[in-house]
Amino acid sequence: MITLNHYLFVSGALFSLGLAGVVIRRNILVLYMCLEMMLSAANLALVAFSRFHLVDGLPDYTAQALVFFTITVAAAEVAVGLAIIVAVYRAKNSIDVESVTKMHG
Amino acid sequence: MFPPLFYIFAAITLLFGVMVIASRNPVTSALSLAVSFVGLAALFVSLDAYFIGTIQVLVYAGAVMVLFLFIIMLLDIKAAEKLRPNYAAVAAAIILAGVLVIQVATVLTGFEAGRKSTADAALRPQQALAAMGDKALPTIANDLKDGVLPDTKLMGLQLYHKYAFHLQIVGLLLLVGTVGVVVLSKKESSPKGGRE
Repeated sequence: MITLNHYLFVSGALFSLGLAGVVIRRNILVLYMCLEMMLSAANLALVAFSRFHLVDGLPDYTAQALVFFTITVAAAEVAVGLAIIVAVYRAKNSIDVESVTKMHG
Repeated sequence: MFPPLFYIFAAITLLFGVMVIASRNPVTSALSLAVSFVGLAALFVSLDAYFIGTIQVLVYAGAVMVLFLFIIMLLDIKAAEKLRPNYAAVAAAIILAGVLVIQVATVLTGFEAGRKSTADAALRPQQALAAMGDKALPTIANDLKDGVLPDTKLMGLQLYHKYAFHLQIVGLLLLVGTVGVVVLSKKESSPKGGRE
């Protein structure tokens, strides 16, 4: 039987994958994809909790509304983030995270 | 949900997630992420969240990934493929991710409320209909009477009734984001007549 715990475990595993990717990769673009992966993992946990927390026999739609807003904000964030990456690439001519050291103390 | 399907889609989501990190080529990473998001959308559908599953495919696997591929196309990926991973960081990341997964698994084994399956928490449209009473919109009431979950209609009701103001704020955020992108991607020009 597939229980809530199964979904939460997949969500946790996906989040750790994204976290590992952020630490491992040096390419800013791939790093950004890993951030998106972590956001989606949080969405999965929210939807799973919404399905198993029944309100009058229906899923809890408050959580799903939150997921909707998260996805919208993530879309706006991707657009701005990619514009910043393009600006960094223009200035540094590289998409290696270690090339951006201007604020390094 | 039919259990093997859950395992198949969870495996697709996680394996292609690993591919995102493991592949050298950013295009492979982006396409793997798109497949991973489609697997995730299937998991959403298995949780009776049809609307969220649909916008996951449309917005993430569609729009966001196309944007990523577009930027990869614009930038030089040849140099990026030569980047050597920092092996200390790889070891640290594997330990970090491993510890986090073990931690989540340990917490979940003791999580009593998480033991219920979708059959234990079955949807009860008749009860929902009774709870809504006369206030239910006819289209939602008809669906509930037929015993189907009017997922998108309930989402719409939630978004346009309870969160109507928030929805407009998010619309404003998207507008601000659009303006921000235009400002960021405009070429800077110095007083002497342009740097580039």
